[in-house]
Amino acid sequence: MFDTLKSRIYQGKQYIKDIENAPMREQFRGFPQLCAQADTTCLEGVCPTGALNLNPLSIDMGKCTFCGACGVNGGNVGCEAVKFTNGYKLTSTCREKLIVTPETNYEEYVKSAIETKEEIVKMFGHSLKLRQVSAAGCNGCEMELNACSNVNFDMGRFGIDFVASPRHADGIVITGPISENMAYALEDCYKSVPDPKIVILCGACAISGGVFQGSTKLNREFLEKYPVDLYIPGCPVHPLTFINGVLGFIKGRK
Amino acid sequence: MANWIKIKNNVKVDLGKIPIISVNNLRDEVKSIGKRPVGFFGKDWGFGCVRLFIVLADDANSEFFLSSVVFSGNDKSYESLTQDIPAFHIFEREFYEQFGIEPLNHPWLKPVRINQDKYPFFEMTGEEVHQVAVGPIHAGVIEPGHFRFMCNGESVYHLEIMLGYQHRGIEEMMLKNPSNQLAESINGDSVIAYNTAYSQTMEALKGIEISNKAQLIRKAALEMERAAIHIGDMGAIAGDIAYLMGASVFGATRTLVINTMLEICGSRFGRGLVTVGGVNYDIPDDVLNRALETLNKVSKDVDRMTNTMLKNSTVMSRLEKTGTVSTEKAAEIGLVGMAARASGVELDSRFDYPDKWMSELGFERKPFKGIGDVNSRFKLRYKEVKESISMVKKILAKLKDYKDEPIIAEGVNNKLSSDSFVISVVEGWRGEIVHIAMTDINRKISKYKIKDPSFNNWYGLGLAVRNNGISDFPLCNKSFNLSYSGNDL
Repeated sequence: MFDTLKSRIYQGKQYIKDIENAPMREQFRGFPQLCAQADTTCLEGVCPTGALNLNPLSIDMGKCTFCGACGVNGGNVGCEAVKFTNGYKLTSTCREKLIVTPETNYEEYVKSAIETKEEIVKMFGHSLKLRQVSAAGCNGCEMELNACSNVNFDMGRFGIDFVASPRHADGIVITGPISENMAYALEDCYKSVPDPKIVILCGACAISGGVFQGSTKLNREFLEKYPVDLYIPGCPVHPLTFINGVLGFIKGRK
Repeated sequence: MANWIKIKNNVKVDLGKIPIISVNNLRDEVKSIGKRPVGFFGKDWGFGCVRLFIVLADDANSEFFLSSVVFSGNDKSYESLTQDIPAFHIFEREFYEQFGIEPLNHPWLKPVRINQDKYPFFEMTGEEVHQVAVGPIHAGVIEPGHFRFMCNGESVYHLEIMLGYQHRGIEEMMLKNPSNQLAESINGDSVIAYNTAYSQTMEALKGIEISNKAQLIRKAALEMERAAIHIGDMGAIAGDIAYLMGASVFGATRTLVINTMLEICGSRFGRGLVTVGGVNYDIPDDVLNRALETLNKVSKDVDRMTNTMLKNSTVMSRLEKTGTVSTEKAAEIGLVGMAARASGVELDSRFDYPDKWMSELGFERKPFKGIGDVNSRFKLRYKEVKESISMVKKILAKLKDYKDEPIIAEGVNNKLSSDSFVISVVEGWRGEIVHIAMTDINRKISKYKIKDPSFNNWYGLGLAVRNNGISDFPLCNKSFNLSYSGNDL
């Protein structure tokens, strides 16, 4: 008993107080800053997912795994065209906005990327229960989504929780590129969520197939059939990216 | 020995040197060698033939036995090895699924990754017997898989595990477009281990020697990955017995380790660190010193919480004698890695197939006396966390001797050598991760085979829950924490 109390006191409070302005380590590879003037010849063929377009220069964060192969802080030290900043607010409600060009700057992106609706804020602003479906996710995004509920990030304080049954949920969070073998279960799960409901795509795999684009074992028809409300880039998605993205969407904050 | 050749970890051999034995001899040969399987897979060999490659691990001598069998178009079956050596059961099932060559008299010839709608579950009947079906989507935020419990009241007679939901066709993709990014996405909780195994196979085929510095950074990252995931799993075990103090504290402690990884390479799980030819990131002095400080704190915090937790009698009553896999059973069905060690089977490829650093840095195997229950798996994790942290500290100290070495070696753009076979085994936190690559005459990868430790160990979970209460299943499951994506590929 005393040991338990002592441990409790020793641990103290560890939650991040201001989650919307939480500092991020500078090494984190987040929002890419592009420079149109730089020479891009050394970047040909380096992108494993086709996120990087050289002519004209752009990066699709929906495809990007943030591996750093094209960045100055990654493998290609000689090339100055791409720099990954530690900006972690990457979420958008619009698939097209995930495409970053040299004109896009982080502050402006954060201000305009999430466009929420009054009904969403009214309906889910104080409580959003989500059912997560891992559709061939590698367990990276899954671990980070679990981390959202740990004592540091403590997502539950904002009323956002993962629940066990789709019947209890207000929406689903999809991770992974959606394998053929998971397609039926995913759709079944979605149909089991009562209306109104939202769909969140979490991670490069879910948004575009990521490194698994072109695999013959995927079946992404679900995404053609049903509307998607929120795109959260990352590989895996950082808990701060996820929480701030969802908060922006349900509270209308930037 | 004309029927087998001996090969080493991370050393390529000519395809032409691999012997071919007859189908009829296969069983006798494998029985007479008496070693455990690490590779058993087919490859299209042209003209309707299939060539089956068999790799057996001689752990005591740090070698592998390699041989093959060619099935002509008319050979559609053979006597299964599983009848004599149960450890082959999953390998033979996979081979049958992929090539349609039937292992006769296989006791449970069921699908591995496809045909879930046709899966022939074992059936039990009786007045108080009932079945519980769970999945593929589980209650928590975890990967998908289907479990079918055959129960008598609350106690589980048998558990069938049907997987394949995560199948993304990785081995096929590895032929078309192999990359480090694909390798590290095979299994997102073993990023460093998978990426190292992939990089080592490519380096062997390209003839690249990586620098001491890069070797040490990889090694430190691998041990950090082990420590981080084990700490997280200790928290998850605590969570599954509703000991929330443990869940919170271990969770917070894991954060310290993965954030250190973030400082090293920009990703909490080590993505982007390992690359063919070395590593992408050096560890600057300030990051290194901070890492050492953090690891000291982590080590202390883990000690503290573990001691508090294990003194608690309600905790112990849940952990002890729950989900036991005996030493004999573990060896018989061929468990590997952490799950095997917890059952008293000493298998650890770090020591069985050591690199030069193991002796140079004085890392020694410290056997663990486990009885194969959840308690053993918890305590083994604790032991390995402590060992890994002390290893990382030694590795980081040694790193200072190689300050001026490059992190990426020459020859990254070399072509692969033609007609070669290479095996790379890396001890991830779950156990041995085996990557096997073969090339053709055009210097292209013609076969890429991956074996996750979970491939061997899922059946162990099935045995562990027998005669346990069904409510203890989450606890048993968490104590193994097997991979779905690594199994399904």
